[in-house]
Amino acid sequence: MALIEARELTKVYRMGDQTVHALRGVSLDVQAGEFVAVMGASGSGKSTLMNILGCLDQPTMGTLYLAGEAVQTMSTDQLASLRNRRIGFVFQQFNLLPRTSALENVELPMVYAGVAPAERHRRALQALQRVGLAERAAHTPAELSGGQQQRVAIARALVNQPQLILADEPTGALDSATSLDIMQLLADLNAQGMTVILVTHEHDIAAWARRAITFRDGRIVDDRAQPGLRQAPVAAHGALP
Amino acid sequence: MNIAAAVRSAWRALTTNTLRSLLTMLGIIIGVAAVITMIAIGTGAQQRVEEQIKALGSNILLVLPGAQTSQGVRLGAQTGQGISEDDAKAIMLEVPEVQSAAPTLRTGVQVVAANANWATTVFGTTPEYFDVRDWPIESGRAFDQAEVNGSAKVALIGQTVARELFGDVDPIDQVVRVRSVPAVVIGVLSRKGQNAMGQDQDDVVIVPTTTFRFRVQGWGGGRIRRVGSIMVKVREGQSMAVAEAGIRDLLRQRHRLQASAPDDFTIRNLTEAMQVQEESSRIMTLLLAAVAGVSLVVGGIGIMNIMLVSVTERTREIGLRMAVGARGRDILLQFLIEAITLSLLGGAIGIALGAGATWAVAQFAQWQVVLSTDAIALAAGFAAAVGVFFGFYPARRAAGLLPIEALRHE
Repeated sequence: MALIEARELTKVYRMGDQTVHALRGVSLDVQAGEFVAVMGASGSGKSTLMNILGCLDQPTMGTLYLAGEAVQTMSTDQLASLRNRRIGFVFQQFNLLPRTSALENVELPMVYAGVAPAERHRRALQALQRVGLAERAAHTPAELSGGQQQRVAIARALVNQPQLILADEPTGALDSATSLDIMQLLADLNAQGMTVILVTHEHDIAAWARRAITFRDGRIVDDRAQPGLRQAPVAAHGALP
Repeated sequence: MNIAAAVRSAWRALTTNTLRSLLTMLGIIIGVAAVITMIAIGTGAQQRVEEQIKALGSNILLVLPGAQTSQGVRLGAQTGQGISEDDAKAIMLEVPEVQSAAPTLRTGVQVVAANANWATTVFGTTPEYFDVRDWPIESGRAFDQAEVNGSAKVALIGQTVARELFGDVDPIDQVVRVRSVPAVVIGVLSRKGQNAMGQDQDDVVIVPTTTFRFRVQGWGGGRIRRVGSIMVKVREGQSMAVAEAGIRDLLRQRHRLQASAPDDFTIRNLTEAMQVQEESSRIMTLLLAAVAGVSLVVGGIGIMNIMLVSVTERTREIGLRMAVGARGRDILLQFLIEAITLSLLGGAIGIALGAGATWAVAQFAQWQVVLSTDAIALAAGFAAAVGVFFGFYPARRAAGLLPIEALRHE
């Protein structure tokens, strides 16, 4: 069973008088453990697909199974729980809570999962260790660099041990050196068994993935395997918990 | 999401913009403080009236002599044949609703004891008086019927007179000269305080009616033995109106008034007058509290306003929380708790401010105030209710956001 089974996904927006076809029948299987880059120009539908795969948005038509669960029949509460348990998000703008320590930011998904405070604390610290920021646990986002903020966001994404990490332009707001660090981190996570789906419009970022899907006008126009760029681990980021 | 986490997150949100939070709370602070102060002042006024009613004695009717009408011309008060000691006795014996009735005579006198003297009021009455007035004797005893019959030279004195004439000395068995009549003090009355008109009720000397007439006044008052007033105590649980009608019928009969003639006496229901006053002060309290309550509602609108702003400002945060697994009700709870924290915090400051204002009113305006825990609980409860009520709409708006739209919000 594939981790993601998407069949004939269609998404139609209505913007004023105009009807926008963001997705025109997308079918896609992603196996557990894959590292997928979704490419395409802006407006090609790649972000829409990402939002639907992340259960943040609903398709107009089509079916989506995530780890065997039928997403389209779920209530909003069930979707929230699904996101909480199975998906970790990494955003271009990091989306950390301001004036809140890195540790508490990482604890957030566990707060909604109902994890006890002591356990939350322990696991958040562990996740921060894994992204190499354990000594910055008490810092607020304003006291961290862009790359460090994105690492905190990645720690937050993986703290509930999801099967899937969805990264939407994770390096879009970072300089190229920092981008390399972040991509190395994502590739390491993938090497440790986590499924990673990455949306980007930069080819050198997409090159890190081992499968590249290209979108144009709401359709998949290209889907190919590629070697990936992961280096042997430079630093030990810790093992999977 | 548990309550503790929600409270912590609410606290962080509120301390982020302290000035804004304070200004938002100001409405609630003023509202709660106003409610508490107004209730304290109103309850104080009410309590004062209640004390006066208690001091007067309960279920009291006062019979006063009225006007005589002579050939259609009504003469002034005290011109009729008046009311007499026998009327008082008859009222007590013949009107079943009446527990006791005491005739009273009064006059202002100078009293002298040893080298001290004091201007006061002397009452002439019967032993029933102490029952009618619910006036316990602190030390010594009341005079009895035998002493009334024998116009004995005995007197009871109020606390004020005792203090002025005797100071720290025990007044019992001392002699006071009431207008040159030496009388032995046989009892001291307990403290009664001020009456409704602000007069000191403890500034009295009480002697038997006969002593008053023959010794203080020096004149028997004739065969009728008129008195200034008759105080009547109606039995507990009996209707004041029925008792009043019974007394009226009896007195009309005794005064041989024709059916068409008006009463030559007046019956006043003192308790009722006081109760009216109490009722009006209760209504005043209610009105004051209601006006103060309006400012609480206005404060609530302030909270709603700032919560709506906050929801808009933090739309992306809401989107993120939803993305990592917050359900609608988690977001609802978070913003609701934020609103309630605002209103409760405002309520707490308001309570402190209200207590301070109440103290200041008592201290500087010398008003009687009662700061009751009920009023504080009411104000606090109302503040919390305002938080829930006015926080609910913004919170529901936040909870109803679609995750993807909230995340995309600029």
